[in-house]
Amino acid sequence: MAELRQTPLYDLHLELGAKMVPFAGYAMPVHYPLGVMKEHLHCRAAAGLFDVSHMGQVILRGAGAAAGLERLIPQDVIGLGEGRQRYGFFTNERGGIEDDLMFANRGDHMFLVVNAGCKEADVARLRAALEPEVQVDYIEDRALLALQGPAAEAALAAVAPEVGDMTFMDVATVSLNGAECWVSRSGYTGEDGYEISVPAGAAVDLARLLLGDERVAPIGLGARDSLRLEAGLCLYGHDIDASTSPVEAALTWGIQKLRRAGGAREGGFVGADIILAQMQDGAARKRVGLLPEGRAPMRDGTEIFAGAEGGTAVGHVTSGAFGPTLQAPMAMGYVPSALSRAGTQLFGEVRGKRLPVKVAPLPFTPANFKR
Amino acid sequence: MKYTEEHEWLREEDGLIVVGITEHASEQLGDVVFIDLPEEGSEVTKDEEICVIESVKAASDILAPLDGEIVEVNAMLIDEPSKVNDDPLGDAWFFKMKPSDLGPMEDYMDEAAYKKFVG
Repeated sequence: MAELRQTPLYDLHLELGAKMVPFAGYAMPVHYPLGVMKEHLHCRAAAGLFDVSHMGQVILRGAGAAAGLERLIPQDVIGLGEGRQRYGFFTNERGGIEDDLMFANRGDHMFLVVNAGCKEADVARLRAALEPEVQVDYIEDRALLALQGPAAEAALAAVAPEVGDMTFMDVATVSLNGAECWVSRSGYTGEDGYEISVPAGAAVDLARLLLGDERVAPIGLGARDSLRLEAGLCLYGHDIDASTSPVEAALTWGIQKLRRAGGAREGGFVGADIILAQMQDGAARKRVGLLPEGRAPMRDGTEIFAGAEGGTAVGHVTSGAFGPTLQAPMAMGYVPSALSRAGTQLFGEVRGKRLPVKVAPLPFTPANFKR
Repeated sequence: MKYTEEHEWLREEDGLIVVGITEHASEQLGDVVFIDLPEEGSEVTKDEEICVIESVKAASDILAPLDGEIVEVNAMLIDEPSKVNDDPLGDAWFFKMKPSDLGPMEDYMDEAAYKKFVG
């Protein structure tokens, strides 16, 4: 792993007994001695601490930052209140998704968190579109931690009581263990919790402090993936990519009315003509939840068929795993819109066998946010 | 008990060969969530992929260690795949086969050699 980048928590991961794997150019913990299954269940039952420092942190400064970002993403950025965060996605000319992100209004600047695998491209895209009017700062001296689960509030409030007053998608600057942290009440597990941007030099001490709470266990990328899949959340590069539109990906809930046809700031983002037309006319395919009826997991790439025999594939799985909370296999994938209604019987081909699978509503496990 | 480089263990029992995976393999796989067992009565050829283990991480193949017939599979694993993590050398055997050629048994590792193999 000599060429892999390390997060500020690398040595702590080794000390905690993590199995490290390459992920998006970084050496990252896939699991700790507890193992994926127990880590997943622990996060749903108590709280889990995740190192997500590989993700990109970007600051936009300047009076035109919000308006500038609206040219790249189909979200209402200008109307986002101070101290609030929103989910968004960069689109392309074909109406596809270049990356998904979280963006926050932190008063005198916007704070963005983007995917590790896309961060260089995202920064380049932002610079090309926004500079020089808007200053684009790629933050490389901060780590990013996620504290997730029903006990996350109690564990973080033990360090800084004011985080208990935050509600879902609030952001605030909070002093944690003496370090200035940028905290959001959000995450990628379907659980209540926080994401914490912390100065790199203070990250290990903060992580140790949080792990010192008996409710908090370190959680690796393995459980992060099964947690987000149970929560019905997309993984960029799998469930969404440059060839999937937000309409196909069933993400139109993330496009505020004001950016849609007839809205006050209709269109004006990359690929708007295609995306807005699809919102009117519908898309030919749709991202859906899939529940295999047997116990065999249907992994990424599994072909989906309309019938038990013959015919060509009508769709495919984009994420598939065993759901530790669900105690059953689960998947997401794309199917023709005509076959996308919940309860539709389909078949996934696993090792040459057509196995029954039903279209299912997402999320697979109910969200547990503090609204 | 003999061991293959594929981390299977083979135990002779009443003229049959009982096959499972080693503790080392079960640890490497992580939590096992599904096992696709071969069909009882099927004829298999050495090194044929006859069984699939799915863990939370990935799918892995189990190869037939010998030529022969699968006479019994451990149906308990269908409902309780996690037994492979709990008791890989005992309750969580995969299948019993009637070998038609015991020759390759000589080539498989004994316990000392296997321990050395996994380091």
